[in-house]
Amino acid sequence: MQTSSSTETDETVGMTGGAAAVLGREEEAALDAREPEHLSRKDRRARRKAAKMAAHVAGDKKHAFRLWLYVAPLLVLVFLFSYVPLFGWIYAFYDYQPPIPLSESKFVGLQWFEMLVQNPAQLRTIGQVLLNTFAMSGLNILTSFLPVIFAIMLNEIRAKWFKNLIQTLTTLPNFISWVLVYSIAFAMFSSTGMVNETLMNLHLISEPIKFLDSPDQVWLKMLLWNLWKGLGWGSIMYLAGIAGIDPELYEAAQVDGANRFQQIIHVTIPQLMPTYFVLLMLSISNFLNNGMDQYYVFQNAFNQKWIQVLDLYVYNVGMGQNSLSLGTAISMLKSLVSVGLLLLVNWLSKRTRGVGIV
Amino acid sequence: MTTATAPATTAKKPRGHNAGISPAMRRTKGEKVFTVVNVLLLTLFALICTYPFYYLIINSLSNNQAAAAGEVNWWIQGLHWDNYKTVLGLDGLGRAAWISVARTVIGTVLTVLASAYLGFMFTQQKMWKRSFWYRFVVITMYFNAGLIPMFITMKNYGLTNNFWVYVLPAIVQPFNIILVKTYIESIPSSLQEAAEVDGAGTFTVFWKIVLPMCTPILATVAIFSAVGQWNSFQDTLIYMTDSKLYSLQYLLYTYINQASSIANSVKANAANAAMLATATTPTAIRMTVSVIVVLPIMFIYPFFQRFFVKGMMLGAVKG
Repeated sequence: MQTSSSTETDETVGMTGGAAAVLGREEEAALDAREPEHLSRKDRRARRKAAKMAAHVAGDKKHAFRLWLYVAPLLVLVFLFSYVPLFGWIYAFYDYQPPIPLSESKFVGLQWFEMLVQNPAQLRTIGQVLLNTFAMSGLNILTSFLPVIFAIMLNEIRAKWFKNLIQTLTTLPNFISWVLVYSIAFAMFSSTGMVNETLMNLHLISEPIKFLDSPDQVWLKMLLWNLWKGLGWGSIMYLAGIAGIDPELYEAAQVDGANRFQQIIHVTIPQLMPTYFVLLMLSISNFLNNGMDQYYVFQNAFNQKWIQVLDLYVYNVGMGQNSLSLGTAISMLKSLVSVGLLLLVNWLSKRTRGVGIV
Repeated sequence: MTTATAPATTAKKPRGHNAGISPAMRRTKGEKVFTVVNVLLLTLFALICTYPFYYLIINSLSNNQAAAAGEVNWWIQGLHWDNYKTVLGLDGLGRAAWISVARTVIGTVLTVLASAYLGFMFTQQKMWKRSFWYRFVVITMYFNAGLIPMFITMKNYGLTNNFWVYVLPAIVQPFNIILVKTYIESIPSSLQEAAEVDGAGTFTVFWKIVLPMCTPILATVAIFSAVGQWNSFQDTLIYMTDSKLYSLQYLLYTYINQASSIANSVKANAANAAMLATATTPTAIRMTVSVIVVLPIMFIYPFFQRFFVKGMMLGAVKG
């Protein structure tokens, strides 16, 4: 039955007829000429295999297990790269010095965790790091309404080409790496950069302004780079949200005499609020996860005090100072607090909106 | 609520369709001002977003002396390709480009196949403990061990200073699997059933029916994965000490830092001023490498923008 059905396919697809389909060799000769025949040949092979399989597999249970076996290799990958590293948390309870294996390292219990809160110097550093983390995340959350405004502004443009052009140009920075952003920052704002050269050539300043190598307004600068990179992209979600608003709402508002501004305030913004709320919740749950790329590339001796967020601090402690155990301890605390935040936000979302965010 | 109690100022009737957009002719003065300001602001922001790229490109092509003097701000001065010739001849760069291309291609192909395959397999109701294993995969989206434990684990696997650390941990991406699974579930299952009646096995159904139908979503996954791989910097920083395995992004980072120190020493040393004028300067090298790194993104981006946007939408629907 299998063979007959696939021969039929061959006859309909390749016009050479049954002969070539039956004789595998000849078919192979005609192979490169016609793609469809090649496909159906493979198809037939697979079907034969499937039929064989069907004959062998007696019960559903065996089949169910076989299906699982098909994905098992990938599940192993997940286990190796997402679950096994969790066992690495054990290093937080040892005094692990890399060349010495863990089995010979000294078990120190909670020493690293105690050190975090007892050693005054350490405590001051941690405090500053947390302050930076909270400031950067807080500033990002405070400006999270800007993409909404950008989307509304863009939506008010009638000319479609202009709208598309602006959208394309403003989303481009989202797709470059932070290293490139830094390269751009360097080209524009270093002491020999475009801005300083221009200002000097105009004799507005006599000394280059240190935009990058200074401890001033680091939080604000990081926020601005973040906005430069992400504002256009962040607005796309809201643009889609605006496109999905029921036109009847606008019609009704117009009948009521609302002008464009009133329509924005009374229709567009309230309609976008659910989307905004979900994204806000997500950013709150990611409060501690600023990532480290941005802060790492912009980091230097001058701004380090103000730029060191938690993720970067973990890197600097663990890889820079080679204190793997202390780094692990901080990593672990951070991960636990993050999961806690996520659960909390999810619970809040369920309470207030009836739907969770995860 | 929306009865004809509209005030006299809105005598104009909204036209039946297209009522969401008010027609151009009945803009008030305030609205006209708003439109002008709006267009200006949007244009300004678009310029801020794109000018730096333009600046890098024109400076990398201009006379290095003029570029160093900060005279190249609007247009190329003294077009020449020497910077590109020099940079492409740099020893580490070719290798780094090769590494970046390899990880992008291999990583993207593997993650697309794995996402499609797992997404499809997790729609197979008959699988043993299907929903448990699905959760086993998806939940990894919400936690991670942290940078240092990850580093120790990779070291124990022998994956530090190993090309495969770029690829292997990124193969199974829960988010992509959710995307594909949702997409497949939206395809009528009668197709698969019909194929099964014809005797097609699981793999045949996957390869012949599901995979071709998933091309739109897989294109999205591929684009995101490719951009992620190309831009990735942190993994080189953490796992690689062997400069043979540096990615282009990491090499760019080292160039920027070297360039800044070299540029400073050159500035301090007046004897080097002549050299700065004629030869390729560190600044020029830095900008040229930046252009080379950003060029692939700038080329593919306009063509694939719709995929990016679609991916974002689908992600949003899933929440």
